[in-house]
Amino acid sequence: MIYRRIYAAATATAVVLSMVLGSAAFAAEAIRIGEMNSYTRLPAFTLPYRNGWQLALDEINKAGGVMDRQIEVISKDDGGNPGDAITVANDLVAKEGVVLMFGTLLSNVGLAVSDFAKQKKVPFIAAEPLSDTISWSNGNAYTFRLRPGTYVQAAMLAEEAAKLPAKRWATVAPNYEYGKSAVAAFKTLLSKKRPDVEWVGEQWPALFKIDAGATTQALAQSKPDAIFNVTFGTDLAKFVREGKLRGLFDGRSVASILAGEPEWIDALKDEAPEGWIVTGYPWYDIETPAHARFKDAYTKRFNDYPRLGSVVGYASMYTVAEAIGKAGSTDTDAILKAMAGLGVDTPLGRITYRTADLQSTMGTFVGHLTVKDGMPRMINWRYGDGKDYLPSEAEAAKMRP
Amino acid sequence: MSFYVVQFLTGLASAASLFLVASGLSIIFGVSRVVNFAHGSFFMLGAYIAYSLVGAFDGGILGFWGGIVGAALAVGLIGVVVEVLLLRRLYHSPELFQLVGTFGVVLVVQDVALSIWGPDDLLGPRAPGLDGAVDFLGHRLPEYDIALIILGPLVLVAIWLLLNRTRWGVLVRAATQDPEMAGALGINQKWLLTGVFFLGSVLAGLGGALQLPREPANLLMDFNIIAEVFVVVVIGGMGNIFGAFLAAVLISELQAFGILIFPEITLVLVFLVMAVVLVIRPWGLLGKAEIPHIAARAVGRPFRPVERRWAHLGLAVLAVLAVLPTFAGDYALQVASEVIIFALFAASLNFIMGVGGMISFGHAAYLGFGAYGAALLVRHLGFGMEAALIAAPVMSALGAAVFGWFCVRLSGVYLAMLTLAFAQIAWSIVFQWYDFTGGDNGILGIWPAPWASDSWIYYYVTLGLGLGGLWALRQCVFAPFGFTLRATRDSAARAEAIGIDVKRHQWQGFIVAGAAAGLAGGLYAFLKGSVFPTVMSIPISVDGLVMVLLGGVQTLMGPVVGAAVFTGLKIGLAGETNYWRIILGAVIIASVVAFPQGIVGFVKARTGRGEA
Repeated sequence: MIYRRIYAAATATAVVLSMVLGSAAFAAEAIRIGEMNSYTRLPAFTLPYRNGWQLALDEINKAGGVMDRQIEVISKDDGGNPGDAITVANDLVAKEGVVLMFGTLLSNVGLAVSDFAKQKKVPFIAAEPLSDTISWSNGNAYTFRLRPGTYVQAAMLAEEAAKLPAKRWATVAPNYEYGKSAVAAFKTLLSKKRPDVEWVGEQWPALFKIDAGATTQALAQSKPDAIFNVTFGTDLAKFVREGKLRGLFDGRSVASILAGEPEWIDALKDEAPEGWIVTGYPWYDIETPAHARFKDAYTKRFNDYPRLGSVVGYASMYTVAEAIGKAGSTDTDAILKAMAGLGVDTPLGRITYRTADLQSTMGTFVGHLTVKDGMPRMINWRYGDGKDYLPSEAEAAKMRP
Repeated sequence: MSFYVVQFLTGLASAASLFLVASGLSIIFGVSRVVNFAHGSFFMLGAYIAYSLVGAFDGGILGFWGGIVGAALAVGLIGVVVEVLLLRRLYHSPELFQLVGTFGVVLVVQDVALSIWGPDDLLGPRAPGLDGAVDFLGHRLPEYDIALIILGPLVLVAIWLLLNRTRWGVLVRAATQDPEMAGALGINQKWLLTGVFFLGSVLAGLGGALQLPREPANLLMDFNIIAEVFVVVVIGGMGNIFGAFLAAVLISELQAFGILIFPEITLVLVFLVMAVVLVIRPWGLLGKAEIPHIAARAVGRPFRPVERRWAHLGLAVLAVLAVLPTFAGDYALQVASEVIIFALFAASLNFIMGVGGMISFGHAAYLGFGAYGAALLVRHLGFGMEAALIAAPVMSALGAAVFGWFCVRLSGVYLAMLTLAFAQIAWSIVFQWYDFTGGDNGILGIWPAPWASDSWIYYYVTLGLGLGGLWALRQCVFAPFGFTLRATRDSAARAEAIGIDVKRHQWQGFIVAGAAAGLAGGLYAFLKGSVFPTVMSIPISVDGLVMVLLGGVQTLMGPVVGAAVFTGLKIGLAGETNYWRIILGAVIIASVVAFPQGIVGFVKARTGRGEA
């Protein structure tokens, strides 16, 4: 009797263990690539990104793959926190035997995985994290970053903001590294261009917990001519509603980082704040052949319009293919060598991974928000190439450890 | 001056919505003693259902308010389903066990909401007729805020009338004060509790629905509100709705004015306030000393050393662990290391909870002290892995000594909430002190020493220290100190009477548990290679509670088994599917229903004997 129970317990343990230990069948010819992102924690941002790389993966494999081998992507949920992400990265590297990893959105997850990549000597393409410490102060030889970081976004906004007559500026940003570094970069860059600017107020609501009414009032109280906004997601929606109701934006300019990206602004629909200067992604109006082809393929396959994350996912997958193709091998050192200075064609144009800091030169769009047919749209936009806004390679190299 | 008046009114509007949700939780807790973790999920469902209903009713004042009320009632019914199917089976389980079941509900609701409403934030319409702002002393005040300011006190009065001026309310209060006597007088408590749960859930749903014009319905609403709501309930005094109202106003006004002086304080303000209130008034602003529930508090039997047949099983497991590296790969070894670390963490939590009778909602703080202690010594003082691993439990014990000194002055849920407050304060310091802790970008490059960098060697390091920690905790339980601690748990008054210094022993229990958790934290830092504030965040504390309760709180092996099952399942599922939350949630719900005493508690009850 007792033994039967022990036996049952042992069977149950074995089931759990086999789930953990069970090794997937190893496809001999496909090149195995690891991928992870916060699919359960931040689905609104990561699902369009996944669509993007899946589209690219199909295109690549249909065209014969790389080195006459198909690419197989093993995709995992990183759980949205750095500790779990390390377990997942280890799963990909030690169990699945991937030759390269890409993905991540949250900066702390990206940083944790980049450090893991360095320790385990596996190339890692940090697709979406915005924190510039990934490329600079915490940079390492195994980590490449695709998306333009906080600094580039702030630099493009500061350039536009400097043209405004506004002298008194207030800032509002979520209280964590991304918000802090965006505000710091914007302040430095704008003050450099416009020494007469005065910083009259700042608000630091906790991420996704903004007390919008009180924050709006407090900002208005500092009587700014213009506001620099970093809040996003639900914070942005709450801030915009309260700000409009309470007249915070009347007669004031607002520069808002990333607020032109569809995943950040589309939830506001016709309530999007008109006239804001934003960085973003006007997918509806970009008419380059490369983008048109991408947009058509994406829309056809997913019956949805692309978000910026889709472009990033798509470009990540092509980066992987180009890197392995150029390396001509799946050997780590060969891939690292190929990645330095690697050029990749993306829907936004050709980008290069800089040799000094392994940061890609992907840029972003800056323009003004408006509402057309009930949806937020960017107008008067232009594309800023990352290479024109990044610090020079020599300066960047100095910031790396 | 006019600015401050408007700021005050803005704070009152926030207070109203906070109060609605908090009052529901407070009523449920006051009557059933259930710490309903799913209350935030009900709040979220209220917002989502209201979004759908208001859209379906197609605008207009009637459509809007019809949608709001409909959503609140729908959430009430969902609450009833949860109560009847799940909680009813758990009322006789050990204290707090219901928390695990409701945590399972939280996980399920997250995936269900995602599959019904999709990943995008859903911005609802503004309230028709209340979509503008009025000019007030030269400022603009949204009409909807004014409506909320009026609605809050109205709901407060309505609840008071319901509880004090209706027969139902009288019965509920009778059942709250003396459930056995109420039962003896022929009151059907089952349906009374269901009714209370309905009311509480309706209030949560109403709170969520009323947020619709202020905030898009989104998938983070549940976790965002739950901690704050607990804080309001505790500051006000558990089960006291006037207290909840007062606390909601206090928190909201401090928030509204606090950001004028310290804009960065929002991260920690509510927890600072709670810590101060609890230290000064141990039962909240308007709360009374806890009335012990006679029926609910089955005094645990003393722990006994393990029986031989179980010892054999334990030795077999140890043997497998010892030879694991010969057949398991790197990844499996890492997972095994993580399981061992969390087993130690859960066992340390059980040491103060199960043995000491002090519930900790903030146990992640000590894991964090250990992890950050080790990482900071490596980063700033150039410590090696060995020295850092020795220092980790020491640092954590120091932290536990400071926090514990305040906490042991309280008891029950208030003690639990004070541990939570301290954990959150520690978390926010780590989160914001960029120069020293690296803030939310964490500390990178905390890898094992070169000799231990192979996975199998570090696994043995973890196994050795982890088992050593577990063994030490076990020795403490069976030492005179452990017996004394259990005496303070089972009857503080009698323990005091025979000359035991209750507070001092509880304090020492805190320190021992802190040291063990700190060792786990140090091991965790080197396993992951980096440390981030998430290691001491609320979800880790909740995970710890779930592990302990799932395994069985009245046993020594329970937390270890619970940690193995929970960590193994979570990692195993997350690696295989993106729907791991609904599966994990369902497994948790199924196991609490099947094993209302925890897994090990169940095995023990079935085999009749075999303590510990």
